[in-house]
Amino acid sequence: MDADLFLTWVRSTGLNIAIGIFVLGTLWRLVEIYSLGRKRDLAVPRHRSGASGLHTMFRRSVPPPGMFKRSATSYVAGYVFHIGLFIIVFLFAQHIKLLQELTGLSWPGLPTQFIDATAVVTLATMLLVLAERINKPVKRFLSTFGDYAGWALTFLPVLTGYLASRHLLLPYTAMLALHILSVELLLAFLPFTKLIHVFTLWGSRWYNGNANGHKGVPV
Amino acid sequence: MNDHDAPIHEKNSHEFPIHETLGDSLAQQGISRRAFLKFCTAMASLMALPPGTATAIAEALVKAKRPSVIWLSFQECTGCTESLTRSYSPTLENMIFNMISLDYHHTLQAASGYGAEKSREDAMKNFFGKYLLVVDGSIPMNNGGVYSTIAGRTNLDLLHEVAKGAAAIIAVGTCASFGGIPNAKPNPTGAVAVSDIIKDKPIINISGCPPIPAVITGVLAHYLTFGGLPELDDLGRPKSFYGETIHDRCYRRPFYDQGKFAKTFDDEGARNGWCLFELGCKGPVTHNACATTKWNGGTSFPIESGHGCLGCSEPHFWDAGSFYSALSMPASPLKYVAGAAVAGAAAGVAVSIGNRIKKGTAKSAHQKATIEDLEK
Repeated sequence: MDADLFLTWVRSTGLNIAIGIFVLGTLWRLVEIYSLGRKRDLAVPRHRSGASGLHTMFRRSVPPPGMFKRSATSYVAGYVFHIGLFIIVFLFAQHIKLLQELTGLSWPGLPTQFIDATAVVTLATMLLVLAERINKPVKRFLSTFGDYAGWALTFLPVLTGYLASRHLLLPYTAMLALHILSVELLLAFLPFTKLIHVFTLWGSRWYNGNANGHKGVPV
Repeated sequence: MNDHDAPIHEKNSHEFPIHETLGDSLAQQGISRRAFLKFCTAMASLMALPPGTATAIAEALVKAKRPSVIWLSFQECTGCTESLTRSYSPTLENMIFNMISLDYHHTLQAASGYGAEKSREDAMKNFFGKYLLVVDGSIPMNNGGVYSTIAGRTNLDLLHEVAKGAAAIIAVGTCASFGGIPNAKPNPTGAVAVSDIIKDKPIINISGCPPIPAVITGVLAHYLTFGGLPELDDLGRPKSFYGETIHDRCYRRPFYDQGKFAKTFDDEGARNGWCLFELGCKGPVTHNACATTKWNGGTSFPIESGHGCLGCSEPHFWDAGSFYSALSMPASPLKYVAGAAVAGAAAGVAVSIGNRIKKGTAKSAHQKATIEDLEK
């Protein structure tokens, strides 16, 4: 298969399959998770839960006292690469065009040079968090295959996208096709890995905050 | 040396044009040495050869024997020939007819019927192993190749016969190079490229729909000067012309980098000459020399006229989705989303019912432990 056929495949059949698995898997996981329910709590609430759930949704984004000093890399690099991913995925004109085609919504993009710089920063911080995960004994102990797979599935689309746009390593056609393929792998595996947190993040924070409030530990 | 004063070899000029040198032929046409050197310099620069090469080309070309060329037209639209003949630089492009002895070409030859076929057979006999074969159009393979015949013979049959004695084959146009439009899905005639059939001859692909005339001239000049084919890319195209993408050499590239795109063909962006990527331009994945060599005597090229590149010099360009869909957009509409959403929701519900049943079973199987039990 030559590069042009490969590119057409990932732009048609491959994309079809990947988005199919993504939609199927995401709905499956979300319906399953949110229909789990919880045992009826017979105890009287220790504290009126109030807005504890909502507070937690926000407060979990802020390091607890003392934690920032102990794990500054995690917080800074974590923020940087998440914001970087957001900028690359949602503010690159070519990506907006794709999202417009899929959803009908569109918004202005940022210049390529800015996206390029963001990609470099994002790649560097992702490498940093990986190095930290490997180097710090506790993090290494807590890491499973899923953590490394999730990292690779996120890292590859950024890397191939950058290489494609800068015309590095492979001819543009082949690299663009690899970039789209890597995004399709990400889409297909996202629902079945820890990356599902893009959907469950806020819901689970609210749940935990609410439950803690109910038990008398409001935040 | 003053080549245009050289005598014409009258004896050989009719029957055996291969013995006539290009210098003789040019002199006969009244083309000045100045014009000829200009042509050689243009060719050297087009092929990205060092400056001194122009003189070498000139010297080699003047002495070069005009090779016999057999041009076979198969499943094609004659657009490639039209492109060549209607080029607006006759002093440059018409040289193709002075550099070579075109012994067989449907559109351009005066002879017809048996006479035409005889001139092909004569050329094949007289210059066996030395003539150049130019092919435009794809070759149908289905049902024994009956979809395109010449003088009662299939294209496949003819190609095999003529290729046997060819020194090299030049596949002109995307149809001959990669199968082109006849090869587009569902490819009813089973159209294939020359390189799919002939495996034992050097083949050079000059793709494009149509290809740039100067590229054909350049390849011929290279063949006559150096006695071989130029350096080719992985698709068999001369690197000097197909080495870079349209996008890399596009004058609208700065707008792409700034993220300034025309959204429709008549909006402000289009009027300001912004990038046509979002309107489906395939420049980023198309290798050709349009952005530098340009068309119609250097007048412009499609993007300069306000239309995106279709990617016509690439294989399967016809099947790569809409010409008006951006490269980052799906090449075909999404088919499985609705089905996947229903299946996903159903799977979620099924699994949650399973979970509830499990929970219920666990609850009913639960045995309460009493203090007596624990004290046993």
